[in-house]
Amino acid sequence: MNIHEYQGKQVLREFGVKVPNGYVAYTVDEAVEAAKSLGTTVNVVKAQIHAGGRGKAGGVKVAKNLDEVRTYAEEILGKTLVTHQTGPEGKEVKRLLIEEGCDIKKEYYVGVVLDRATSRVVMMASEEGGTEIEEVAAETPEKIFKEVIDPIVGLAPYQARRLAFNINIPNELIGKAVKFMTALYEAFVSKDCSIAEINPLVTTGDGEVLALDAKLNFDDNALYRHPDIMELRDLDEEDEKEIEASKYDLSYVALDGNIGCMVNGAGLAMSTMDIIKFTGGEPANFLDVGGGATAEKVTEAFKIILSDSNVKGIFVNIFGGIMKCDVIAEGVVEATKQVGLELPLVVRLEGTNVDLGKKILNESGLNIISADSMADGAQKIVSMVK
Amino acid sequence: MGVFLNKDSKVIVQGITGGTARFHTKQMLEYGTQIVGGVTPKKGGTEVEGVPVFNTLQEAVDKTGATVSVIYVPAPFAADAIIEAVDAELELAICITEHIPVLDMVKVKRYMEGKKTRLVGPNCPGVITADECKVGIMPGYIHKKGHIGVVSRSGTLTYEAVHQLSQAGYGQTSAVGIGGDPVNGTNFIDVLEAFNADPETEAVVMIGEIGGTAEEEAAEWIKANMTKPVVGFIGGATAPPGKRMGHAGAIISGGKGTAEEKVRVMEECGIAVAKSPAVIGETMINVLKEKGLDEKCKTH
Repeated sequence: MNIHEYQGKQVLREFGVKVPNGYVAYTVDEAVEAAKSLGTTVNVVKAQIHAGGRGKAGGVKVAKNLDEVRTYAEEILGKTLVTHQTGPEGKEVKRLLIEEGCDIKKEYYVGVVLDRATSRVVMMASEEGGTEIEEVAAETPEKIFKEVIDPIVGLAPYQARRLAFNINIPNELIGKAVKFMTALYEAFVSKDCSIAEINPLVTTGDGEVLALDAKLNFDDNALYRHPDIMELRDLDEEDEKEIEASKYDLSYVALDGNIGCMVNGAGLAMSTMDIIKFTGGEPANFLDVGGGATAEKVTEAFKIILSDSNVKGIFVNIFGGIMKCDVIAEGVVEATKQVGLELPLVVRLEGTNVDLGKKILNESGLNIISADSMADGAQKIVSMVK
Repeated sequence: MGVFLNKDSKVIVQGITGGTARFHTKQMLEYGTQIVGGVTPKKGGTEVEGVPVFNTLQEAVDKTGATVSVIYVPAPFAADAIIEAVDAELELAICITEHIPVLDMVKVKRYMEGKKTRLVGPNCPGVITADECKVGIMPGYIHKKGHIGVVSRSGTLTYEAVHQLSQAGYGQTSAVGIGGDPVNGTNFIDVLEAFNADPETEAVVMIGEIGGTAEEEAAEWIKANMTKPVVGFIGGATAPPGKRMGHAGAIISGGKGTAEEKVRVMEECGIAVAKSPAVIGETMINVLKEKGLDEKCKTH
């Protein structure tokens, strides 16, 4: 799960990570009020959307007085920002962060991520703050320093020091940088983050080490133990169909093709998308109904697929293990009864209770085309939507 | 033969009184697996499918002599169940549970360093040695005894590959699902090593997916060490970057972990990679014919 920058900064503040003072604003008046209560001359007006690249898209402005705060707030609120992470349709700005300006000396990068190769949490730091870390990694990988963290010991002070020295933090600020990194790691593990990225981390004229931006992502599987984080979810930032799917524990990702897919198992669901594309079609979605799906869940999955107006045909590809074919078949029949079905539907069933599943489909009287294999199913559905 | 499990393996089911565990305990017993006990705290003294239930794993191990456990415990308690299996000094713990917080697994892996137990999973279908022992959730009937080893990050895609092989007449030694999480116990290389050492296994199917670099590392290992042919497949060639595709570990991030890159490295290392999931079996058969292993591997 992703959260907004202002929320991320609030979480970090709780752990003693130093961030600039600021307030969230939903309206222009709130923005001006926020700037007044900050009491600083220079303030930054920052668009709050779940995507990077806001600055370049005109979503971050420095205001030198309250009038400018009003002007920029009016300009940015309601504006649709298109960045390299939003896709071409962009994202509408509904919230602003009004933050005190600061006297930046130098920008750095600090990030905490899971390193799959070592199965450990890693803190990365670089002197090249402000640019995307992927870019730095591609062009000047020698400028990225990493510390692999033992989960039992945590981030050792010497590791944080080594990072701070490696990225050339001035000597007089090493202590503050170590404190910053230690607190950042604490926040990461305490809140089950999957990414905690500070880009840029800045040193300031008055000798502070501050997080000027903050990107926190959380491990969905651990949200059950962080109700406070769950409250920060902003449904405006998510795809409606993905929200609907998450209510039923369905794993759904919207794509832009026209063949709706319903599959069990993530690997098979991905491969079903692949085979549709190889066969000359375009998948409309990734949908894994999971192992423990009930007929009700399958019905909901079907409705979600049909709610996508781009969908011109549906391919159901099931290899039952935990999932029983008869349950899928019942769900398909039930869903088509509830929502009506005018689109071509190709079903491939294999695995646990396959004969029972096929029988249910055959006796349903529905216009369902059955497929003998995954390749057969893909060919049939692709030829029918063309 | 086969790897990790055989007809003599004695298995405990951790979390045996849950719905999924009950269903699969029955299925495993029907397959012929020796399920000798189960564990659910406070349910000790009862039975599931005629199998005795114990309060603690240690007690179950002491009373039954089991060396393998399979874990169906819900995600919030699954890390604890794995640690319990490690402390009971089991040889093998297979964790089926999905949705375990990844930082729990980071701790578990750290704890397991230097310990005796092998962990398979989590978020995996389990391990089966055809006609001998099935531990997990895979449909038993699709597997036929033979000479192909299968290792995979995905459950249903493993079934797909096994089914294609069996249908074409090529049986398997063992199929090992290593799971779809970013932090898991046994990795591709561990399983490949075991298949390489198994006298019954003649060739191996390795099924990967987008995310991480496990396939690339395995490919390098294969090039340097593997004496048997390996056929590969990577799921998610059409997956968009930055989106988690069902499995916690299946995500392309920062341009890393793409199917394209994995396939490239695998082919460079001499692995025949199936272009579509529908031709995994076919690709293997072609390789067997090329290597003169076809006759030996065609089992039915």
